[in-house]
Amino acid sequence: MSGRRAIGCGVWLLVAAFGAALLWRWLPEPGAQAGPGPLLACAALLLLAGRSVQQVAALDGRRWQALATAALFGLWVVYFWQVGVMLFDVPRVLLPAPSLIGSMLVERWDTLAADFVQTVLKAVLIGWALGSGLGFAVGVAIDRAPFLQRGLLPLANLTSTVPLVAVAPIAVMWFGFDWQSKAAVVVLMTFFPMLVATLAGLQAAGKLERELMHSYAAGYTRTLLDLRLPAAMPFLFSALKINATLALIGAIVAEFFGSPTVGLGFRISTEAARMNMALVWGAIVVAAATGSLAYALLVLLERRVAFWHPSIRAE
Amino acid sequence: MTGTVAMKPDRLSQRLLPVASVLLAVLLLWYFAAVGLNAAGAVERVLAPNGAYTTGELIASTLNMQRPVLPSPHQVVADLYRSLVDWPLDSPRNLLYHAGVTAQSTLVGFVLGTLLGIVLAAAIVHSRTLDRALLPWIVASQTVPVLAIAPIVLVILGSLGFEGVAPKATIAMYLCFFPVTVAMVQGLRAPQRIETELMHTYAASRLQTFWLLRLPSALPFLFPSLRVGIAAGVVGAMVAELPTGAQAGLGARLLTGSYYGNTVGIWSALVMSALLGAGLTAAVAGVERLVLRRGSAG
Repeated sequence: MSGRRAIGCGVWLLVAAFGAALLWRWLPEPGAQAGPGPLLACAALLLLAGRSVQQVAALDGRRWQALATAALFGLWVVYFWQVGVMLFDVPRVLLPAPSLIGSMLVERWDTLAADFVQTVLKAVLIGWALGSGLGFAVGVAIDRAPFLQRGLLPLANLTSTVPLVAVAPIAVMWFGFDWQSKAAVVVLMTFFPMLVATLAGLQAAGKLERELMHSYAAGYTRTLLDLRLPAAMPFLFSALKINATLALIGAIVAEFFGSPTVGLGFRISTEAARMNMALVWGAIVVAAATGSLAYALLVLLERRVAFWHPSIRAE
Repeated sequence: MTGTVAMKPDRLSQRLLPVASVLLAVLLLWYFAAVGLNAAGAVERVLAPNGAYTTGELIASTLNMQRPVLPSPHQVVADLYRSLVDWPLDSPRNLLYHAGVTAQSTLVGFVLGTLLGIVLAAAIVHSRTLDRALLPWIVASQTVPVLAIAPIVLVILGSLGFEGVAPKATIAMYLCFFPVTVAMVQGLRAPQRIETELMHTYAASRLQTFWLLRLPSALPFLFPSLRVGIAAGVVGAMVAELPTGAQAGLGARLLTGSYYGNTVGIWSALVMSALLGAGLTAAVAGVERLVLRRGSAG
C-alpha cells in the first residue's frame, strides 16, 4: 500500500518538475510583457506544485519524510518567487529575484564576509559569551542567598518585557561606534535570560538525589558540581539558544543606531536606504543562516552534554 | 482558599522587601556611577579652575549637569515629570504622546498578528500538508533574527504608498505572529485522544470540536505567547520608527536624542519605553487572569 503511494508520489513529483522546467523555458525575455500563455501555465503549475507537496506530506513517515515536505515546499516557494518576479517584471526595489540575491551573495561575498566578522564574530560572539557567562556566574553566586534571589528574580523576569535594545544609543555614546558598543547591548540582553535559567536550573535537582548526595557526606561544592549543575544543563541550554537569537537581534538593531561602515545591521540599513535590495536580502540570508547554524550547533552540543534528559532519550 | 488569603500580607512583605532592597542598591550604584562617570566633564566644564572646589561641590555638579555622560536618576525623573505635566498630551514634547504613537502601532500589529497566528495555527492543525510543509519553517524562523527584515518591509510598504501606522504595525505584526502560531499549534493539539474521542461519540462536528475542546485547551498556551508577542511588538514598532525619519514615537525620540547628544532625553525615553513594554505585558497578563479564571469557574 505504502509502496504504491510512494510510486504515485514520485509520478506527481516528476510531472511537476517537468512542468517547472517547461515553464522555465517559456518565460519572456527580461523587460518584455508576458502574454496570457505563461500566466495560465504558471497558474496550472501552481496547482501541480500544491498537489505534489500534498502527496509528499501524505506519505506516512519517518522524520526525514517530514523534513522532505518542508524542503520541497521551500524549493517551490523559491521557484515561484523567481518565476513570479520574471513574469510580472517586479521592480528590483520591491522584490529582487532569488537568482539576483544569489549572484549578489557571490559577487559581494567579501563585503558580506567583513560584515559577518564585524557583527557575528566580534559583537555577537563576545557579547553572547560575556552576557551568558555573567548571568550564569551571578546565578551561581547568589544560589546561597535566597534574599538576593527573591529580590533579583522578579526584576530579571520584568526585563523580558522591556525593549532592552533601546539602550543602543547610550551604548554607542559610551563605548564608541565600533563593535564594543554592540557587544555591550548584547551583554545586557543576554544576561537576564541566563540568570533566570540558572536560578531555575539549580532548583531542578530532585529532593531524593540531594538527600543521596547528603548521605554520601558530599559538601555544597561537590553537590553543586556533581548533581545540581548537571541537572541544570537543559535549562542552561535553552537559555543559550534563546540568547543566540537575542544576541543577533541586539547586534543588528544596535547597528541601526550608528556603527562603522561595516556590519550586517549597517549593511541592511544603508543599502535599504540606497534601494539596493538584493544586497539587503543577501545580508539577511547571512544573518538567518548564522542564526540557524548557531541553534543547530547548540542543539548538537546539548545532546552530548545532557544526553540523559528524557526529551533527548525519547528520540 | 482562606489559607492563601491569610498568608498574603506575609508573602507580600517577604517578596517586596528583597525587591525593594535590590532596587535601592541599583539606585545607589547608579548615583555612584553618575558621580564617577561625570566627574571628568564636571571638572573640565562646570567647576572653578585649578581645583578651587570642594568635594561637595564636585558631587553636586556631577549630579546636575546639562549633558552628563550618565544622568542621575532624579534628573531623569524630573525630565519625565516635566514632559508629562508641562506640556499638553498632543504636544511632541510630551513623552506620553510618543508612547501613545508607539503603543498604537504595537497594538494594531499585535491584534492582527495574533489573529493571523491563530487562523494559521488552526489551518495547520487541520491540514497535514500545511503541518508538514509550513510548520518546520515557522519553527525555524524562531532561530532567525526576523527583526532584520524590518528595513525591507519599510521600503516595500513605503514604495507602495503606505505611510504612518501601517508599516510600523506590519513589523509589530510579524514579530507577534511567529510565537503565537507555534504556541497555538501546540495548544490546539493539547487535548488528549480520549477527549477528542469523547467529542466524536457526541457526534460533534469539526467546528464544534474546535470551538468547545481545542480552543479552550489552547488558551493556557496562547497567553504566554501573547506576552512574548507584545513585548516583541514594542521592540518592532520602535525599530520601525528608526529609518523612516519618523517624527513621533519612542524610537524616533531615542534617535533624535542620540543625534543631539541629549542624554537626559534618551534616558527618559528609555524609561518610558520600559514602562510601555511592562505596562502592555501587564495588561495582557491581566486579561489572561480574567479569562482563565472565568474558564475555570464556568
